[in-house]
Amino acid sequence: MIRVVLIAFLLFTDHAIATGVSPADVPDTMAERVKACTACHGKEDKQGRDAYYPRIAGKPEGYLFNQLRNFRDERRHYRPMALLLEGLPDQYLRDMAAYFASLKQAFPPPEPLKSSPDEVELARRLITQGDPGRKIPACTECHGKDLMGTEPFIPGLLGLPRVYIIAQFGNWQNGGAMRGETPDCMSEIAKQLTTNEASAIAAWLAAQPVSEALSTRASPAATLPGKLAERCSSIVLQPGGLQ
Amino acid sequence: MKLILLAAALAGLIGLGIFMVPVSSSSVPAGVESPPAKTDGITGRQAQQQQQARGAYLAQAGNCMGCHTAQGGRPYAGGHVLDTSIGTFITPNITPDPETGIGLWNEGNFWRALHDGKARDGSPLYPAFPYTEYTKITREDSDAIFAYLQSLPPAQQRNRPNQIRFPFNLRPLIYIWRAIYFEQGVYRADNAKSDEWNRGAYLVQGLGHCNACHTARNPFGASQGELFGGGQLMGSNWYAPSLTSLQEASTSDWAVEDIVELLRTGSSSRAITTGPMADVISQSLQYLTKEDAYAMATYLKSLPETGPRSRGIAPALTEEVDTLLRQGGEIYETHCQDCHGNLGQGAPGAYPALAGNRGITLASPINAIRSILNGGYAPVIASNPRPYGMPPFAQILRDEEVALVLSYIRNAWGNRGTLVTAAQVDRSRKGAQ
Repeated sequence: MIRVVLIAFLLFTDHAIATGVSPADVPDTMAERVKACTACHGKEDKQGRDAYYPRIAGKPEGYLFNQLRNFRDERRHYRPMALLLEGLPDQYLRDMAAYFASLKQAFPPPEPLKSSPDEVELARRLITQGDPGRKIPACTECHGKDLMGTEPFIPGLLGLPRVYIIAQFGNWQNGGAMRGETPDCMSEIAKQLTTNEASAIAAWLAAQPVSEALSTRASPAATLPGKLAERCSSIVLQPGGLQ
Repeated sequence: MKLILLAAALAGLIGLGIFMVPVSSSSVPAGVESPPAKTDGITGRQAQQQQQARGAYLAQAGNCMGCHTAQGGRPYAGGHVLDTSIGTFITPNITPDPETGIGLWNEGNFWRALHDGKARDGSPLYPAFPYTEYTKITREDSDAIFAYLQSLPPAQQRNRPNQIRFPFNLRPLIYIWRAIYFEQGVYRADNAKSDEWNRGAYLVQGLGHCNACHTARNPFGASQGELFGGGQLMGSNWYAPSLTSLQEASTSDWAVEDIVELLRTGSSSRAITTGPMADVISQSLQYLTKEDAYAMATYLKSLPETGPRSRGIAPALTEEVDTLLRQGGEIYETHCQDCHGNLGQGAPGAYPALAGNRGITLASPINAIRSILNGGYAPVIASNPRPYGMPPFAQILRDEEVALVLSYIRNAWGNRGTLVTAAQVDRSRKGAQ
């Protein structure tokens, strides 16, 4: 009997907790659902915490979807992303990609450029002309003349932290990104670059201001020349399933 | 007493493999073992399709896919990594590919694997494949699952070999293990209980292999100790709570409907699932028929309640402790309150309540630490395709801050639990428990 009374009491207190306090109001929106993402990939004011997290707002949907899948399936190695996305089906990842692709968010102010004039010149040459002798295409060939990305799979390069870009070059050089997927164009290109070159490019890119007109443009304009597209498995990996 | 002795002797005999004849279940209709070849073409085909459909349901209820599919990989093609105390297992391909899968198996081979833990060539299987539970599956169900697997598109995929540490890589050792820990035998109905209860017991103990996580394992990987008494998941810092302790995840004081809701959706007004259990819900349990979900709930609710277990000693509220908790409270306000509410009340359907949440005050705080560090999403199910999620705080909070905020949550709004230390958080970050 005592037990019955006890259990009844416990249930009662449970009930009191459940009804005595008004539950927090939760908006039925994607913005609310991706709070788990925006804690790090937030608006500018939150990025101050850690300069590393890349901007994902406004990137091409196909690119974001591929990255989400690559993180989840550990082709692109970053443990925190893999843990967060564990078990989420493609469809939800696609919804998330579409949401972030649709965001028009002001770009952060550019990082100060601390490179020497030689380094600036080196970066500018590689970015706009590449180095055909070493089979390095210009960044602008794939990432767009304005470096704002190419639909549907190639990301823009502006508004990213310098340290993030350097880390990605390191990943590609060591095979940490898109491991096992070939051909992997960025890996091939990054392996051709010296540390100085990669560092100069990263510093230059992070220091570019983005005009309001560019940042609010509907979507990246250019399409990719077929010859270049063939070099990149990250591009031919079509949404809709791995085959 | 005599009965217990008899049961023990029987279990011993079975364990030693003296009972070599599979115990057949009364629920297996006659003629199941022969293929439906005698019937004419159309009904034969219909029967086959029905069997495959039943097998598909059963394979899902047993979550075969959970282990036999790599994240993002081809269904049932294996390659999933299982870290255990004796080494790393890479799950095999069970699609009907003749070279890399089980295309050359027949239903007898498959039955022997499930029921007796033997490979096609007769060698003993490592119990990472839970035949210790699957042995309870009926022959009829085994054949149906096999028929379904054979109907899948064959996937040619050769997986890496297991990496088992010495001396466990010596297969003959498994015979000793089996003699001690393996009791072969199909589930036997308890006639004193209802059909529904028995169906639930069959699903929970056999096909569902809930035991594999919810019972503690000894260093040899055998489930030991109190059945469903809770245990650390091998190779991960998750703790599968006890299904028999009211301080943990016992449902003996729940309404059956609440248990059913939890099993089929991953959350109910009484609790919410996270981590590996959330995967089990989205991959498997959400597809249970209503009848089977009720059967499992009926059985789970009936599990005998165990006595209170050691909870550790909640801190006396000295001034020093009070200061710590207040610091934790400030972190809570900054990072947690938006979603979980100023009184830990949460938001139904989106964010779990932390007040009165048994998962928060478990003696071992590892699940809560993990959730704070890594975040994660509630299970994706058909009726909730876009669940709300929890951000990872590993990059945002230092170990000391995680310890403070969790200590606060474990001791706020009527919760009582031990204080959490920065060292515990650090161990979780490093992947240790």
